[in-house]
Amino acid sequence: MRRITVWLLSTVAALVLLFSYKTSTMGVGGESSAIAAGTGGDAGTGSSGTGAGRYDGSVAQTRWGPVQVRITVSAGKITDVTALQMPDGNHRDQQINDYAVPILRQSALAAQSADIDTVSGATVTSDGYRESLQAAIDAAHL
Amino acid sequence: MATTTEPGRRAWVEQVMGLPVSVHLRGPGVRDEAVAARVEAFFAELRAADDTFSTYRPDSVLGRLAGRSPDPATADPAVREVVELCELARLRTGGRFDARRLPLPRGGVGFDPSGLVKGWAVERAARWLTDLADHDVCLNAGGDVLLRAAPDRPAWRVGVEDPQSPGHLLDVLERASGAVATSGTARRGAHITDPRAGRPAGAVRSVTVVGPDLLWADVYATAAVAGGPDALDWLAALDGYAALLVTADGRVRATPDWPGTRPAAGAAAA
Repeated sequence: MRRITVWLLSTVAALVLLFSYKTSTMGVGGESSAIAAGTGGDAGTGSSGTGAGRYDGSVAQTRWGPVQVRITVSAGKITDVTALQMPDGNHRDQQINDYAVPILRQSALAAQSADIDTVSGATVTSDGYRESLQAAIDAAHL
Repeated sequence: MATTTEPGRRAWVEQVMGLPVSVHLRGPGVRDEAVAARVEAFFAELRAADDTFSTYRPDSVLGRLAGRSPDPATADPAVREVVELCELARLRTGGRFDARRLPLPRGGVGFDPSGLVKGWAVERAARWLTDLADHDVCLNAGGDVLLRAAPDRPAWRVGVEDPQSPGHLLDVLERASGAVATSGTARRGAHITDPRAGRPAGAVRSVTVVGPDLLWADVYATAAVAGGPDALDWLAALDGYAALLVTADGRVRATPDWPGTRPAAGAAAA
């Protein structure tokens, strides 16, 4: 369960990270920092060992506005990531949401299965980071 | 999976030199103030390098020179070192890397060492972290990776991104030390100039180089993208470095000593 929880948290955090590098207020309970550091045990956020269910992150305040995501876990794997709340105050926010959420979902799923620590790829710009696999990995350990 | 002996792990991310730079440390002191101070010193040194070498900023040393090469006689030691390394890189890459006549971000053509400065600066600043006893280091600067792990601890696992499908992996490498650098056109289009032809390089989509030094892995990867498809033979001859190359038409080829799971040169992409 620990791995699932880490990924659950990391995906929440990565979505938050889309909007701010330095955000530390990611949700799903007070244990998040210990778990995200890879040192803890079971976060036990209602998963009850079944490896299935839907989990809503708490609302994280970012520079651009509130972010909240929902993660669906089935048979011990994240199967879906959706946005419950995203900043959409302007056209640029909407553009970021339109591409970043599906790409980040795909990235979280890929990193989950490959069990990697970091990613080497053609130079990632600061904008590109928001949707990168590396962002998802970093967020798991912030 | 976690065991009781698993050391703590912690990540820091900052935007420096226009890139996301992440530091991952593994070890007993990742929550200690002294370790955090070293991480901050690492980022501070990178910011200082950017203050000197950024060709985007009109107020940097290089920005003020606006494409003229610094005069080694009067330049400060760090600038002189970079100028000398650029010349060494030109010689080692057979002219595939040439900082002397590149399109500048603020217009015109001139001296731009940016392709070497990132690796140089990260490797130099990384001493703040690799000097830490009992801690393993995994740095990622915009897709270029520097690693260090103690012999009794697991190697780091480095995914090599598929340039045709960012978010998916071409291969996974296990490395206890050294560097993995990737250059290519996947993220920023054809931004690498072939100095021998004087135009943007487009025949190679990406090159990943593995070897002992980040500076040289990065320079060789950039040079191979600039040099075109024949670069694989050149890469294969480099001592201590191995490479994976993706051509513009999507074929994946590796040098014979490539440490990942990919087959060597000539084999078609899966």
